Amino acid sequence: MLEMTLNGLEIQVEPGTTLLEAANFYGIEIPTLCYDAGLSPIGACRLCLVEIGSPDRSRLVSACTFPAQKGLEIRTHSKRVINARKLLIEMYLATCPSSKTIQDLASKHHVTRVRFKQKHDDCILCGLCVRICEEQMQAKAIEFIGRGHELRISTFFDKKSEDCRHCGACMYICPVCQARCQGPQEKDAVCNACLNLEPPCLEEFEDAMCYMDPCVACEQGHEPRKGCSQRKEGS
Amino acid sequence: MPSLQSRINTAADLFRLQETLQQRASSNNRYIAVCGDTGCSAWGSKSVKDVFRDCLEQKGLAGQVGMKFTGCLGLCESGPVVIICPEQIFYQKVQEEDVEEIIDKTVTRGEIIPRLLYQDVLSGETYTYMNEIPFYQKQKRLLMGNNLKIDPNSIEDYLALGGYSATARALTEMTPLEIIDEVKFSKLRGRGGAGFSAGDKWKECYDAVSDRKYIICNADEGDPGAFMDRSLLEGNPHSVLEGLIIGGFAVGAREGMIYVRAEYPTAVVKIKHALHQAEELGLLGENIFGSGFDFQVSISIGAGAFVSGETSALIASIEGRAGEPRQKPPRLAQRGLWGRPTVVNNVESLANIPVILREGEEYRRTGTDKSRGTKIFSLVGKVVNTGLVEVPLGITIREIIEDIGGGIKGGRSFKAVQTGGPSGGCLPEHLLDTPTDFEELNAVGSMMGSGGMIVMDDETCMVDVARYFLRFLQDESCGKCFSCREGINRLLEIIDDIVHGLGTPGHIDLLRELSVVVKDSTLCGLGQTSANPVLSTLQYFEEEYRAHIKDKKCPAGVCKALIHFSIDLEKCTGCGVCKKKCPEEAISGEKKEIHEIDPERCSKCGICLDTCTFDAVLKC
Ligand SMILES: Cc1cc2nc3c(=O)[nH]c(=O)nc-3n(C[C@H](O)[C@H](O)[C@H](O)COP(=O)(O)O)c2cc1C
Ligand code: SF4
Ligand code: SF4
Ligand code: FES
Ligand code: FES
Repeated sequence: MLEMTLNGLEIQVEPGTTLLEAANFYGIEIPTLCYDAGLSPIGACRLCLVEIGSPDRSRLVSACTFPAQKGLEIRTHSKRVINARKLLIEMYLATCPSSKTIQDLASKHHVTRVRFKQKHDDCILCGLCVRICEEQMQAKAIEFIGRGHELRISTFFDKKSEDCRHCGACMYICPVCQARCQGPQEKDAVCNACLNLEPPCLEEFEDAMCYMDPCVACEQGHEPRKGCSQRKEGS
Repeated sequence: MPSLQSRINTAADLFRLQETLQQRASSNNRYIAVCGDTGCSAWGSKSVKDVFRDCLEQKGLAGQVGMKFTGCLGLCESGPVVIICPEQIFYQKVQEEDVEEIIDKTVTRGEIIPRLLYQDVLSGETYTYMNEIPFYQKQKRLLMGNNLKIDPNSIEDYLALGGYSATARALTEMTPLEIIDEVKFSKLRGRGGAGFSAGDKWKECYDAVSDRKYIICNADEGDPGAFMDRSLLEGNPHSVLEGLIIGGFAVGAREGMIYVRAEYPTAVVKIKHALHQAEELGLLGENIFGSGFDFQVSISIGAGAFVSGETSALIASIEGRAGEPRQKPPRLAQRGLWGRPTVVNNVESLANIPVILREGEEYRRTGTDKSRGTKIFSLVGKVVNTGLVEVPLGITIREIIEDIGGGIKGGRSFKAVQTGGPSGGCLPEHLLDTPTDFEELNAVGSMMGSGGMIVMDDETCMVDVARYFLRFLQDESCGKCFSCREGINRLLEIIDDIVHGLGTPGHIDLLRELSVVVKDSTLCGLGQTSANPVLSTLQYFEEEYRAHIKDKKCPAGVCKALIHFSIDLEKCTGCGVCKKKCPEEAISGEKKEIHEIDPERCSKCGICLDTCTFDAVLKC
């Protein structure tokens, strides 16, 4: 067993555990976009950043790929981590505002503005589709093509794939095309309509009425933004 | 005399051969060195060499006067460089027509030809001998100095200078740990960029337990403008090879590899030739010097990307995967090439090794307390003398630019110097006295990197400079990390707005904020340093950013969207020359009357400014 410190707490994990698995095991949530427990981690989205090392010599690493090490000091919610996370989410919003997953992340992490130019990309290159296709469906029909800012996902040589069985796994796992957020308009990347840092149902009930995370019972008590599909006529 | 074909079986064999070759070299020490490296080749040094050879032949001098087609001699700007040895008379910009005169006058009669001598632009003084030239005086050419005496294709030349003694000493007189200790003691730090202690790195790999280990020489050299690694490999390949063999022995690797960038075909040819020669002599292969140590070296051609110079990406590329960096740990000493413990060393780092083992004392006297030895910088940009300069570490940047580089070209004034390659930083005038030292450069927001040094004058716009480097990095990022790929895109997007006059006051803070996050949140060294050009220009030239944003002006007159051309009513004589020259037909006006520029049509090419003889065109 390896001893580490997680947010000041002494913890023990098996060798081979990643920092993300360790944190999750101890009930600490770290946002992710390119991680899936059933697939090999690649550390592409950088959202799972955590700070490691003593405060004077610390650095940020992606928790999903970083292996547990004896004596490691980990902070998952330091100011530095939160700042980086929020700015990343802001960039994600500016890139793919129609992703419900990203809008939910924005709501949950209180990202309420976007200072970058609006794009409407339909892929964040998280590579989940590539990995599920290869590792779970054994098809390897799609791949990362190109490099740098020209990186994209496609079939080999952009030809119709012989290996694709139309299983739909790629669509299922994609955080961008899976659920569309209808909220944001051309000029306005943030929907925040689902901004409910605390469940509104608690105003009427003793217990929350559902365990959706984030809570999607959003109409009550909140004024959805202009243009959001959730907005009631006339309000 | 032992024939070169016979194998060297012991250290004593080597010393005997060295001695014979030394005697042969000193009994016939008159030769002409023509620089054959890329800089001079571009100026036509290859045909100059051929003419020399033919001419010597014709005059029946070929037996008495030797010829060497050498590696870079440093002053690439003045190519083709020709040096008459042993006196080391330095001729620059030598053309084919000059050859016969040089042979007749200088080689045969010792007469100097003043027209071919190097002349200092500022003082106007001319210099006859190589060592007198200010460019060489502050240098300490531990690694490059021998280029003058070596034909890269000749292992004999290298052996005559005591070559392979360091290997003999290491393999027959020292244990791996003793070598590692000596390298540690020399305080050699990696020249590839990170400045990690070479001895510590070797020790880590030495400690790793495995039946197979690898040592790789990193010759990917992707920094635009840097060419010291190529130059070492092409000019003195055996020195790098020696470093690799000694390193292999020290860490316990029996296989070495040289990863060369695909754009360096000449280097590949030279290395192959050197490997072949070393194999024939038994300096590579089985049981080297009878020590029981076997060592093979192979060559791997790079994928041609900047990021594949990063060690884990380099290994991925050798293994045939996409050249993308991976998470470390596990470190390479634990899991490197094909999963085995591996050391990756830069070319220049390896070339230091034989010097350390042979001239340890002298080596340790060079440099600063924390960084010993010399560093080769590739000095380019707006300086008088551009080329490769090798200086003791710790010398100030001012000394390099002013004393060695000869100051700013064309009588303009200094504005900034960029050190450390594309992701280094730009330093202003008041930091010119910063010593060339890993820590000191980091402290002022730049870095040593691989030794690129780009000098900029007052006609350079620093916002535009940041934009240039970001564009390079945007193309070169592997694209895996969102924060590197999209972060650089967004930095560039903001800077593009600024140079187009669309900057807003919030942009400066946003650039800073984003830069810090990109630095913090990326996986490899490329991403982690990619914001440096922005951060350092913001740190030292924020005013210039503000001028672009607030006043919509580019003080250096570079950013086209922010400059305007107009005609001075007082000065215009109506000669009409500008009207004729303007490619956009943007200038109108009758003869002898005041002309006018139509801002809508003007493409801001500046031709009118250059053509007007009355200084009537205004740029602001
Ligand atoms: C993006 C990137 C590009 C690099 N390119 C090179 C290169 O072209 N040549 C090189 O020697 N090191 C390069 N490095 C540094 C290597 O990762 C590594 O530190 C070096 O080869 C180690 O050798 P050294 O300790 O002898 O310097 C690069 C690093 C990064 C992050
Ligand atoms: S298509 Fe979807 S799953 Fe695939 S890389 Fe893009 S965002 Fe990720
Ligand atoms: S930081 Fe950039 S270059 Fe490095 S691994 Fe990430 S995306 Fe690739
Ligand atoms: S979840 Fe770790 S980088 Fe994407
Ligand atoms: S290339 Fe000839 S001096 Fe550098």
